[in-house]
This record gives sequence, C-alpha cells and structure tokens, in this order.
Amino acid sequence: MGGASPCASCKLLRRRCAKDCVFAPYFPSDDPHKFAIVHKVFGASNISKMLQELPVHQRGDAVSSLVYEANARARDPVYGCVGAISYLQSQVSQLQMQLAVAQAEIVCIQMQQDHDQQQHNINQLMLAADEHEKSYFLHNNFLNFSSATANVANVNYDSFKKEPRYGHDMVS
Amino acid sequence: MNSSRCAACKHLRRRCPSDCIFAPYFPSNNPRRFAYVHKIFGASNVGKILQDLPVSYRGEAANTLCYEAYCRIKDPVYGCAGIVDQLNEQLKVAEYQLATIKAAITTTLQPSYLLDQSLHML
Repeated sequence: MGGASPCASCKLLRRRCAKDCVFAPYFPSDDPHKFAIVHKVFGASNISKMLQELPVHQRGDAVSSLVYEANARARDPVYGCVGAISYLQSQVSQLQMQLAVAQAEIVCIQMQQDHDQQQHNINQLMLAADEHEKSYFLHNNFLNFSSATANVANVNYDSFKKEPRYGHDMVS
Repeated sequence: MNSSRCAACKHLRRRCPSDCIFAPYFPSNNPRRFAYVHKIFGASNVGKILQDLPVSYRGEAANTLCYEAYCRIKDPVYGCAGIVDQLNEQLKVAEYQLATIKAAITTTLQPSYLLDQSLHML
C-alpha cells in the first residue's frame, strides 16, 4: 500500500489525499505552515473553489498571492495587506512630488544658463562692434582732411594774384 | 415582527441577534459588501477575525476585509497582492527618475559655476 504522502492540506484536514487533489501541487507536505495560514484566513473550502475556477496555469500565482495576503492579515488583523497598499501609495505620492520639484529646478537652472549665455554673446558682439566703428570713423575723417587742405591752398593762391596798388603807381 | 436583520444574517438566512457581530459593519442597505467578504473569506472566518479584535478596531477591519475581497473578485489570480506589486514597481521607477534628475542637476550646476567664475574674472 505505499502511496504518495498526503499534501499539507490533506494532512491538516485529516483526509485522504486523492490523486487529483486540487491542493497537492501547491501545498507540499514539507511546508505545513503555508496551508495552515491560508486555511486560517480564507478557509480550505474557499481556496478550493477559487483554485477550481482558475485555469491550471494560473493557480500557482493565485496560491502565492493568497499566501502573501494571508500572512499579511495574520501579522496585521486590522489592515492586512491593505496597510502595505496605503503605505506604498503615500511613498509613491511623496516621490512624485519630489520629482516634480526636481524637474522644476532643472528647468530653472537651464533657463538661467541660457540667459547667461545670451548675455555673454551680447557682450562679445558689443566689444567687436566698437573696434569696427573706430576704424570706420578714422577712415572717414582722413578723407575730409585732405579735401579741406586742398580748399585752403586755393584760397591762398587767389590772394597772391592781386597786384599791390600803390607801389606801382608811385614809381611812374 | 419587525425584521431588521443585517446584510450578513439576511444572506445567511438566519435570525439577527441583538449582539450580532456583523450588524454594525454590514448594514442591510448594502448587501454586496457582505456577499464579497463571504465569498472570499467565509462568514465564519470574518466573524472570528472581528471577534478577536477590540471593538474600536472592528470597523476598520471590516472595511479592509471588504476591500481585499473586492480586489480578489476583480482579479482572482493576484487580488490585492497585485496592487502591492504594481506600487512597488511605480516606487522603483520614481526612485530611478529622481536619482537621474538629481544627477543631472549636479552635472548642470558645475559648468554654470565655472562660467560664473570666468565672467567675474573679465
């Protein structure tokens, strides 16, 4: 009569572990605490119904999440894993606020840097413009001086062309 | 005979005693609330959980049990544990984004400081 040992559920429920026992794949006999905790919180009958309503490939994950929730409820009978949800939601909110502040800060820094760069460029342009203006001014003033001196020379020549009046008349 | 049974006793089709453990938290005008917890936890387990708590904590416990049951009905595979996983993931992403932005701020500030210094020297 050497059959396989009963699963943890059937051991706890003190019944024969059938070949197609719905619990057997997920509650091995070497971990009796796992079934004990889900049975305490949810009840074997409810677990069996939940597992049977699921496709086989999803039952493993379902058992894991039920064990997680049962442990949370055993640790905290008032809040269970809802306490963890509240805590995590507040952590996420806080981080999102810090993120918004940091994003605003980096926008401000970038705007300030852009402004500083623009100011620097303007300063450079102004310096370069002064030099150019100077040479333009100097060039224009040289031309005006040349024409001015030419005019002065013409005036002097005309005045020398006038004959003196008395010198000539007194001799004759 | 005035039958003012609570939602639990109506659902369980029994007389609602004056000291019914469920009555304060499962009023008759919201039958779905008890239906959810009964489907997931079972009336007996809910009764035991409430009984083991001081009276001042039972209201909160009933609310969280209802929430957990509702999450499990909506998502029979992951239930509330699925929400915890999602939040942990969101937390990781937010922490990473914050660390990235803080590093960017540090990097951005350094050249700005150097530029400031050089402008003062001119």
